[in-house]
Amino acid sequence: MTMPVPVRKDPAGCPLKARAQRIRRLALEMVTRARASHIGSALSIADIVAALYGEVMRVDPAEPAWDARDRLLLSKGHACVILYAALADAGFFPLNRLESYAQDGSDLMSHISHKVPGVEFSTGSLGHGLPFGTGKALAAKKQGRDWRTFVILGDGEMAEGSNWEAMLFAAHHRLDTLVGIIDYNKLQSLTTVEQTLRIEPLAEKIAAFGWAVREVDGHDVRAIADALSGAPWEPGKPSMLIAYTIKGKGVSFMENQVAWHYRNPDAAQLAQAIAEIGDA
Amino acid sequence: MRNAFIEELCALAGAHDHIALIVGDLGYGVIEPFADAFPDRFINAGIAEQNMAGLAAGMASEGYHVFTYSIANFPTFRCAEQIRNDVGYHGLPVTTVAVGGGLAYGALGYSHHAVQDYALMRCMPGMTIAAPGDAWEVRACMRWLIANPGPSYLRIGKAGEPVYHDALPDVAPGRWVPVRKGEHWDGRALIATGAALGAALDRAEGAPVYSMPLWGMASKAAQPEMVAQHARVETLEDHLIDGGFGAWMMEAMIGHGDLAGRIAPVALDPRVCGMVASQAVLNRAGGLVR
Repeated sequence: MTMPVPVRKDPAGCPLKARAQRIRRLALEMVTRARASHIGSALSIADIVAALYGEVMRVDPAEPAWDARDRLLLSKGHACVILYAALADAGFFPLNRLESYAQDGSDLMSHISHKVPGVEFSTGSLGHGLPFGTGKALAAKKQGRDWRTFVILGDGEMAEGSNWEAMLFAAHHRLDTLVGIIDYNKLQSLTTVEQTLRIEPLAEKIAAFGWAVREVDGHDVRAIADALSGAPWEPGKPSMLIAYTIKGKGVSFMENQVAWHYRNPDAAQLAQAIAEIGDA
Repeated sequence: MRNAFIEELCALAGAHDHIALIVGDLGYGVIEPFADAFPDRFINAGIAEQNMAGLAAGMASEGYHVFTYSIANFPTFRCAEQIRNDVGYHGLPVTTVAVGGGLAYGALGYSHHAVQDYALMRCMPGMTIAAPGDAWEVRACMRWLIANPGPSYLRIGKAGEPVYHDALPDVAPGRWVPVRKGEHWDGRALIATGAALGAALDRAEGAPVYSMPLWGMASKAAQPEMVAQHARVETLEDHLIDGGFGAWMMEAMIGHGDLAGRIAPVALDPRVCGMVASQAVLNRAGGLVR
């Protein structure tokens, strides 16, 4: 089995952190150019996505459909810019293709699209990624394959009943190549998760459904990579990583602000955001 | 039809190791032959249709042709968005199977009446509807669906329906499959989909009767040429007229002059919604059967 060769050499220092900085900058430029929404949701998972593509996942940018690859499903598909940025950054397609994001006729639509190299599954309606990933994990088990299926979920999305149907199924069928990651930034469309539909105690609920559960600082790239690289954590159990994150992470005026679920930066705000993210 | 379905599925699964069956905790007395013969490709997803449809799509994305099986509206309306987005948009080989099409479960009430399913399924690009009129058509449709993998919907009745063909008919989407030749020719023809085939034969009065067991958005284009050969085409379906087979046929005439005026749809009156009776009584009350 061939292992992937990183296309772009990470700079010295913390490679995963540098990768997260690069894709944050790309994502900010994309939403600014397209006057698009959801930058807060994208920045929230930048470190998770950087860890996945920088270290955790077995992928080959030169062969996106390599059959032994790990699969990633972005169930919170509105955060697509960070994944498009990560794929381009990893070499799945040229960086300049990001400039077509949300433009007329582009494949890079504003919810994640399977027409983009490296993207497995289109979402946009919430509660679809985990059932679909459960099917992939079931197929892998039946075919005796060792690739893993990662599914990134939003915390607000956990109100969708289909996720809990899938969790029952995955635990019952002992699908331990399935790994969920909940982006727990505690904000959803109108206000906090707590004020919308309380999901606590989340870790206990998921554990009660038969999953192995771990919690992590969702902006500690080293901790995220270590946790995900080690999954499955318990043989026979699917794994759920609850990542405590900050919506809009990395840009002071976007952090923890519901408004940045919708707003897009003007030129001055973009410049400030890029400066705050900084270089590795 | 249920028995033909499971027999054919077992035969196909024996020949193709990528065929899997997922049931939504239904099929007692029907699905056991498959479960016994192919335990590794049989899954009971439990009473969780959204997950059933999503995981079927996920399996299909990894090489399986998955049949999901449940009653009436459960495998369609309950998980319509999973079929639309996960199966349809991604063009995956998932065949959604609804048993109890039309008013087959008449006495079980409105929850079990599948009289709006064509409307839902036919508005999805790339979706092939398979609505066989007898057991032979069930087998023919299933072989076509396996040979032409993609999103599809198979609507079958229950058990013990009449058989109208005496051999495997030649089916394809949009094709008018001859069932009975006309005794005389006055330009009138009847074409049914699904279990309404029997009603068409009863109403024919010597006119030729056709079945259309496979159809969908993509097969509209072939219809004007067929309708143009007739003075009057009566469509029959055990479905409401809204969004149904007759409406589909009329839509297919858009842009073809006055051909739409030759189509006379016979469908169920919505008064049957909420009525409780046998299938035969409801089909009469709904105006499908005289």
